[in-house]
Amino acid sequence: MHSNSLYQEVILDHNRKPRNYGKLNPASHHAIGHNPLCGDRLDITLQVEDERISAVAFEGESCAICKASASMMTTAIKGKTRSDAEMLIAEFRELATGKLDINQPHHLGRLTVFSGIRDLPTRVKCAILPWHTLQAALNSVSNVSTEDTSNDLQAVSSQS
Amino acid sequence: MNITQVSLKSDFISNPDWEKIRADFPILKLKVDGKPLVYLDNAASSQMPQFVIDRLVRYQTTQHANINRAVHYLSEIATMEFHNARCKLQQFINAREDREVIFTSGTTDSINLVMHGYGRKFIKAGDEIILTTMEHHSNIVPWQMLAEEKGAKIRVVPITDTGELEINEYEKLFNERTKFVGLIHVSNALGTINPIKKMIDFAHRHGVPVLIDGAQAAPHLAIDVQALDCDFYAFSAHKLCGPTGIGILYGKAALLESMQPFKGGGDMIASVTFEETLYNTIPHKFEAGTPPIAAAIGFGAAIDYLTAIGIENIAAYESTLLDYATESLAEIPGVRIIGTAPQKAAVISFTIDGIHPHDIGTILNQDGIAVRTGHHCAQPVMQRFNIPATSRASFAFYNKKSEIDALAAGIRTVQKVFL
Repeated sequence: MHSNSLYQEVILDHNRKPRNYGKLNPASHHAIGHNPLCGDRLDITLQVEDERISAVAFEGESCAICKASASMMTTAIKGKTRSDAEMLIAEFRELATGKLDINQPHHLGRLTVFSGIRDLPTRVKCAILPWHTLQAALNSVSNVSTEDTSNDLQAVSSQS
Repeated sequence: MNITQVSLKSDFISNPDWEKIRADFPILKLKVDGKPLVYLDNAASSQMPQFVIDRLVRYQTTQHANINRAVHYLSEIATMEFHNARCKLQQFINAREDREVIFTSGTTDSINLVMHGYGRKFIKAGDEIILTTMEHHSNIVPWQMLAEEKGAKIRVVPITDTGELEINEYEKLFNERTKFVGLIHVSNALGTINPIKKMIDFAHRHGVPVLIDGAQAAPHLAIDVQALDCDFYAFSAHKLCGPTGIGILYGKAALLESMQPFKGGGDMIASVTFEETLYNTIPHKFEAGTPPIAAAIGFGAAIDYLTAIGIENIAAYESTLLDYATESLAEIPGVRIIGTAPQKAAVISFTIDGIHPHDIGTILNQDGIAVRTGHHCAQPVMQRFNIPATSRASFAFYNKKSEIDALAAGIRTVQKVFL
C-alpha cells in the first residue's frame, strides 16, 4: 500500500492538534498503555457516570498514527455509553486488522481513515494501542493483552 | 572458491569495482512499490551475494548428510565441509586453533553460552559483572538472569553525549569483586567503535576475563582475537552476508575447557551411561545436536567472499559512505544525528524534530528506502539520550552514494508531510 493514503490530512491534523489532550482529575477510570516495541506510552483517563463516558482525555509519547488514533477515539467515545464504546473498540480492532468489511454497516464514521493500516502489519499496533488502553481503563483489569497483540502491547489500569 | 563470481581481478585487491560487487546481490535489483529498493538496514541484517546462495544450493544438492556420524560418502563430505567452514572462521578472526571456534545460532546464543558455561560455573554471590550502557539487550539480559540467580551485581559504564564510553569510569568500576566484563565492540545504535583493546588490557591487569560482542564489528573491521587478547568474541553470519541461524563464539581454549556445557545432547559427549556422562572435547562439548550444517558452510562461503574483497577495502569504502551520509543528513534542518564519536562504523542513528521514527520509517518505505526505526534493542542508550527511539540508516559495501541522496530526499519528503 502507498503510505500516503494513510497519512491523510485528517490524521495529520489530529496529530498536530490532538483533541482531549491532557489528564482528567478526578477520573473514575485510568489506564496506561505501552508498546515496548517502540517505546510508545499512552495515558488515558475517563469519567464514567451512569454507564456513560462523560469525559475522556489522553496524553503520552507516540507516533502520529497512535496519537491521531487516540485523538479521534476520544471524540468518538465522548458522551457514548460504555457498551457503545466497547462496540467501537471491537469494530476498530477489526478495521485495523483487516477483518472488517467497511461496505457493511458499522459505527466507525471517519475512523475508517485508518483502514489503510491493515496493509502495514508493523504499524497496526500503533493504531490499536489507544483502543486497547481504553478497554483496559473501562474494564479496570490490572494486566491486559489482546489476542493479536498479546506479546507486544501492555496496558495497566486502575480504578479510583 | 569460484573467483569470477566475486569479480576478483589482479588489481582488485587495491581497487575494488564496487558497482560490479553490488551486482553480486540479486535482492538489490528488487523494486518496492515501483521504486528501486534502497536497503539501508544492514546493521539489522545484510543481504546475501549469489556466491553464497550458490554455495548453499551446491551443498544441499550434492553434499548434504549429517556430520560426525556415519562413514558413508555424503557424511564424510559434509563433515569435511563443515570443518572447512570452521577453519575459515578461525583464519578470519586469527584464532590460534580451529577448536576455539564454536558454532552457535548467533551472537545471542554465543553470549548465552558464555553465561551458562562460564558464568554459572564461576560467578558467585557478591561478584560483580561490568557491562556498558551501550550494550545490546543480548549482552545485558543474560547477565541480569545470572546476577539474579547468583546474587551477583551488575555495574554499568556510562557514555558521553557524543556516544563514547567513559573510560575513566570504566576503570573506576574495578575492584576485587569484579569477575567478568561484557563489552560491545561497535554500537548497533550509535555506530561507536569502542577502544576495546585498551579496555581488555585493563581488565586483564585485574585478572578479569572479557567477552566482546562483535555482532556489529565483524562486518566492518578486521578482527584479530590474538592481537585483541579477548577471552571471548561473538558474532553472527547474517550480518556478514551469510545465512541466519548461525554464528560463532570464539573462546580461548583453556577457558572453554574449564567451562561446563550449555546444552546437553548428541555430539557433545564422549560416552554416556546412566551412571555417568563424559563430555566431548571442545568445540564439540558446546555443539549438542545436529548443527545447522548448510548455514555453517554458507557462513564459510560468505567469509571467502568478504575476504576476497578485503575487509580493509570494505572498511575504507564504508567510511566514505559514512562521511557522505553524515554530511548529507547534517545539512538538513531539524535532523539530529545521535552518536557522533570520532571513531564510527557505517551506522547513523538520527531523529527529526517533531516526527516519530515510526512515521519516518513508514514514509521512507514509500520511496523504497529501508531503514530501522525503534530502540534497536538498546533501550539504555535511548534512555541516556532521553529519546524513545531513533531512525537508523546502516550501510554496507554494496550501498552507493546515490542511495544516500535518496535517503536525504526521503527525509525532506517526510518533513513536508508533517509540515
